[in-house]
Amino acid sequence: MTDKHALTAEQFDDPEQEHEASTLGMWVFLGTEVLFFGVLFASYAVLRFNYPEAFAEASRHANIFLGTVNTAILLTSSLTMALAIRSAQLSKHKLTAGFLLLTILLGILFLGIKGVEYYGEYEKQLVPGLNFVYEGDNAQSIKLFFYLYFIMTGVHAIHVIIGIGTLAVIAVMAWREWFSSDYFTPVELVGLYWHFVDIVWIFLYPFLYLVSRG
Amino acid sequence: MIGQNVVSLKTYLLVWAALLFLLLVSVGSAYVSLGPFNVVINFLIAVGKALLVLSFFMHLKYAGPLTKVFAAAGFFWLLLLFGLTMSDYSARSQSISFEKMIHLYQE
Repeated sequence: MTDKHALTAEQFDDPEQEHEASTLGMWVFLGTEVLFFGVLFASYAVLRFNYPEAFAEASRHANIFLGTVNTAILLTSSLTMALAIRSAQLSKHKLTAGFLLLTILLGILFLGIKGVEYYGEYEKQLVPGLNFVYEGDNAQSIKLFFYLYFIMTGVHAIHVIIGIGTLAVIAVMAWREWFSSDYFTPVELVGLYWHFVDIVWIFLYPFLYLVSRG
Repeated sequence: MIGQNVVSLKTYLLVWAALLFLLLVSVGSAYVSLGPFNVVINFLIAVGKALLVLSFFMHLKYAGPLTKVFAAAGFFWLLLLFGLTMSDYSARSQSISFEKMIHLYQE
């Protein structure tokens, strides 16, 4: 299988150019994802700018402990992803699959904790459109915060699920020794996607959990 | 070989440690009341973490200039989005209350 990509596709001069083209293509896709998440963050910025006290009060209802643990989990999954790519570069097939599997497990753990958080918010009656009940002057603006909270973390979680799916496919390919130091581009590209999903959470975390704790 | 340099395990572990350290700083600073600077610090720490992930984990530090330009394009667009949007809202003399907004859409 390692000979499968010994020949580069005919439109490219050499493997290096093919590799660069693949990488650029992935960055373009990540650019569209920046567009996608960017507008959600812009909505957040406008609402927070207009209703600062409400957002501060609403943020305190988010589970900061679980949110922080989840951030640490995703950061560690980025480490295991980077190590998976490194293992592929060194043609260490089983190790590559192992690190990819570890990344998947951390992703699943992240989703599980997110589910626990969602359930907690459901019990506290903070889910707009479902059972949102809140006493206080800022209730309507706090409802806006939680609309954003569920939409942003929900869409992010969908991206994590998609990431886990692609990681599983790549992990099986790695176990079957389809990658080597000559060709490991798919591992790199999935890695770029996974790191991007991590970066989105890096920004989501402080804006949703750390607004006002002092 | 595609001419890729292999980043050392030590580098990756150091970056990971730095990321976790920044996470602790952001949580810790959130409990200290610094007024408007809380959000500034949190944002700067998030940018720092993102740059670490972009440079080392996503290999931008070792990539060619064209790749860096492609990566920067998305974030350049974000500057336009946030810059133009917030310049509008920050120049308003009064924010529109929720009650007023609801009134506009009550058909």
